[in-house]
Amino acid sequence: MTKDECKKLVIDIIADIAPDEDLSGVKPEVRLRDQLQLDSMDFLDIVMELRKRYGIEVPEADYMQLASLDSCAEYLTPKFQAKV
Amino acid sequence: MKDSHYDVAIIGAGMSGLAAGIRLAHFGRKVCIFERHNAPGGLNSFYSLGGRKFDVGLHAMTNYVPAGVRGTPLGKLLRQLRIEREEFALCPQKQSRIAFPGRALRFTNDFAVLDADVAARFPRQADGWRRLVQLVRETEAATLQAPTASAREVIARHLTDPVLADMLLCPVMYYGSAQERDMDFEQFAIMFRALYLEGFARPVEGVRRIIRVLLEKFRQAGGERRMKCGVARIIERDGRAAALVLDDGGEVTAGHVLSSIGHPETGRLCGHPVVPAAQAAPGRLSFVETIAVYRDAPATWGWGDDTIVFFNDSDRFDYAQPDARVDPRSGVICLPNNFQFGDGSLPEGLFRVTCLANYERWGGLSADDYQAEKRCWFETVQRSARRFLPPVSDETLAPRLVATDMFTPCTVEKFTGHINGAIYGAPHKVRDGRTHLKNLYLCGTDQGFLGIIGALLSGISMANYHILQRS
Repeated sequence: MTKDECKKLVIDIIADIAPDEDLSGVKPEVRLRDQLQLDSMDFLDIVMELRKRYGIEVPEADYMQLASLDSCAEYLTPKFQAKV
Repeated sequence: MKDSHYDVAIIGAGMSGLAAGIRLAHFGRKVCIFERHNAPGGLNSFYSLGGRKFDVGLHAMTNYVPAGVRGTPLGKLLRQLRIEREEFALCPQKQSRIAFPGRALRFTNDFAVLDADVAARFPRQADGWRRLVQLVRETEAATLQAPTASAREVIARHLTDPVLADMLLCPVMYYGSAQERDMDFEQFAIMFRALYLEGFARPVEGVRRIIRVLLEKFRQAGGERRMKCGVARIIERDGRAAALVLDDGGEVTAGHVLSSIGHPETGRLCGHPVVPAAQAAPGRLSFVETIAVYRDAPATWGWGDDTIVFFNDSDRFDYAQPDARVDPRSGVICLPNNFQFGDGSLPEGLFRVTCLANYERWGGLSADDYQAEKRCWFETVQRSARRFLPPVSDETLAPRLVATDMFTPCTVEKFTGHINGAIYGAPHKVRDGRTHLKNLYLCGTDQGFLGIIGALLSGISMANYHILQRS
């Protein structure tokens, strides 16, 4: 699992959670909430989809790690690699 | 052999129960919804009579916004339930009217229409109106904290004309409020947004469309549903709901129990209230609804484009349990033909009128007296409403009439179990859904989000808050 693959997985989750958002121009270094209409309910769903789809656990204390695509990749890639 | 243990048992297959079920099943919980009736939908269900399909409760769905508008309750619930907007096939209203003696206000799904009408008809209130609207916009969306301010008091700080206050409160209370005469300002703000800032819409097939989408979503997510299978008792042990006894005597257990049937009704299952005694009273507000079906749409005899008319014939608007069986002074006219259905349209014309009613004065009537009272009040309610529509003669209407139906507070109680037939539930709402039992939560009408949109959001919120976010 590379960081780019990880970013793609997160984008796929967001596409399912928020199909009405245009994800084509999302900048990886910018906070997701500043580019898209995502609120705390949506972020909770991202966390729950990660668990549902990949068995990845994100404790509440770590939610801020998911702020941007880059920070998602930093935080999640090792977790994906640990699953293999 | 049916399972007897679930992660979550949901009592009631109404809007909030189905929404909670979808959320929980989607995230892998083993869920079963238990419903006493043979039809889903609860307070927003459907039935057939004489080969015709009718909706219970649904005049219009509130909170309608056009495609592309985001960050609103409708968008929120579509995302949370993973439902695409097109699946609900919502068609917007044409226009609505608030009709008081000598005064009328029009509103549509474009807030600018109401805004301009208020300024035109109440010019001295223009500044206060602007401030009130701003305050509503700034008031935080549905929180789980108990509200603290009286809507009438807050409104009175900005509007000095009590008629304008009453005219704004009339639709909001009818759509709806469980409290007599006043309401919480936070609830007023939520409903103001739902009716005036956003708007009304309806699928051409009515509530059946919504219910079908929800049922399918729930099924696809792996949820189980048992119909004609109500819950008769909740057995408590060590501060928890230990088991549910079903109507047929069978027992199930569940890690969590989510009850959508109302807090006094849930209290009955427990054998005592689930909220402090001082707050345990059931609802006092019930309604009668009269339905007249015509061969043609009402527009053909000149009734125009009004989708909903909120009427009141008195100086002040009195939203309270009447002493008489029915209070025909005010009410709601619904003309479902007047949604923008495009190519589709309703096969017949419909004229629905709802008025406040007194449950106790209907219950306890003999079967013959009950039918006689229904016939008599049907006429009175429909004639009361006709005063607020362009005049049309009985000779014009009578030959076009093909069917009628009517429900009373007793009808609502019979089919939904809500005590007193109170469609908006008990006056005390449990915003955080908590009960005296650690694993028993409330959702739906008595958690406090009202209407179809409110109920869906309630099921979602309570499932998220008490179960999904905790694990």
